[in-house]
Amino acid sequence: MSKRIVILGGGTGGTLCANRLHRQYRFHRSDDQEVEIVVVDQDNHHVYQPALLFVPFGLAHRQEFVRPRAEQLHHDIEFIEDTINRVDLHRDTVVLDGGRELAYDLLVVATGATLALDETAGLSGPGWNENVFTFYDLPGATALEEALDKFEGGKLLVNVVDMPIKCPVAPLEFCFLADWYFTERGMRDKVEITYATPLDGAFTKPVASAALAGLLAEKGIQLITEFNTGEVFGKDAGGGGRLVGYDGREIPFDLAVVVPLHSGASYVGRSPGLGDELNFVPTDPHTLQSTVKPNVFVIGDATNVPISKAGSVTHFEGEAIVENIVRYLDHEPLDGSYDGHANCFIETGFGKALMIDFNYDTEPLPGHFPSAVGMPLLKESRVNHLGKLMFQWVYWHALLPGRDIPGIGADMPNRGKTQQEELV
Amino acid sequence: MTTMTMSGTEVRLNAEGFFEDPSQWTREMATEMATADGLTLSDKHWQVIDFMRREFLEKGTGPTVRVLGKASGVSIKELYQLFPTGPAKTAARLAGIPKPKGCI
Repeated sequence: MSKRIVILGGGTGGTLCANRLHRQYRFHRSDDQEVEIVVVDQDNHHVYQPALLFVPFGLAHRQEFVRPRAEQLHHDIEFIEDTINRVDLHRDTVVLDGGRELAYDLLVVATGATLALDETAGLSGPGWNENVFTFYDLPGATALEEALDKFEGGKLLVNVVDMPIKCPVAPLEFCFLADWYFTERGMRDKVEITYATPLDGAFTKPVASAALAGLLAEKGIQLITEFNTGEVFGKDAGGGGRLVGYDGREIPFDLAVVVPLHSGASYVGRSPGLGDELNFVPTDPHTLQSTVKPNVFVIGDATNVPISKAGSVTHFEGEAIVENIVRYLDHEPLDGSYDGHANCFIETGFGKALMIDFNYDTEPLPGHFPSAVGMPLLKESRVNHLGKLMFQWVYWHALLPGRDIPGIGADMPNRGKTQQEELV
Repeated sequence: MTTMTMSGTEVRLNAEGFFEDPSQWTREMATEMATADGLTLSDKHWQVIDFMRREFLEKGTGPTVRVLGKASGVSIKELYQLFPTGPAKTAARLAGIPKPKGCI
């Protein structure tokens, strides 16, 4: 009997999951079971999100990194462009805004994270997109490009309101690239760059945090820790603005780049029993099956699993989730297991980048990736920068189609890493 | 790890002062730790501490400030007035549970 898998979201996770499932059923399975795969998204623009970091500096352009979602899916996969109203878990049905209903045997939630501007007082008020910006969406990143171009000097403040956020290293990369950008323009001495974070260090994990704090200091970027933004005042009388922390501390700025709070998609909140307080879906960190109902699986930023919200996480989750979905539909026990593997390039400016590689149990360590000979970890190099640039090609041509990338497996490699006990 | 005597019981604490074993915790110990911090626990403080503990026992991790603000019935602004040195961290320590893992 035919079964229907409905995938909500046609971004990184939804697309690679759909294509991998299609390949499983098309090539590797007997024909006694037909599976129909449907992907739903509210629009048809697939954004390669890592590119957003480069937009404000004039280093990436929309036409290079936005493509139609439908074209990234195998032609046997149905794509529906519509807004999701809610999921009815009791009836195993997705209700779309137009009233259309999609019954499913198995649901994959892949609708990522959205920006919750309204949760921070004053953020989208006076000054928004004038001297207060975010580069976490395309309109914001584009508006910021113009603002940076016109910036004549002063206090540039980069602030993360609170975790979790997509790509936790991106705000640090923004600081490094701003340092480079203003140096190139011959006006670095006129710009005071400050990074204010709610964390107690530059990053969450100790070894990487120390390395990144060192880089900030080296580049003359001021670090303010444990700052919890309570309210944003974009336009004070003098034309500048300030952030006010819940503890009463204030940070003045001429130009603020804020990473807003993140939530799961809004329909999750309208679907009784599906999400947590932040609209993320409670998910088993290893099997990627939701804990709300067995026939609901979750991939990417939409989960509540304790690892970074990042494309590499979504990519490495792909193998385990597809294996488990196939097993679930075959009434077999789940044994696909995701280890929390994450891997990111961190742009540090001047044509260099460093790389970190970690999972649930192992924090980012120095060494090389994926083995003793490879890209340097936690160390600036040109190779890493080229790797970051080349990755966009890999994204469209291998990652989204669901092909395995040679040398880069889903499990975190330990060979090549300097173990923690060797570091002390 | 260090050990400390609280309300007549030997309690194991980690380097940051969080309980190693949440089952060792009693309400008297919370009052004792708060007093050492210079805090007098009001009903509102207890509302947060009790919520913290319930969430931990149910989900295995304590809530972040943002979740506290949404679900504990106490606003974020008020939370900072109750626990000026960081609501989630302080309330978790007083509730005898590990530091909330919200920050990844």
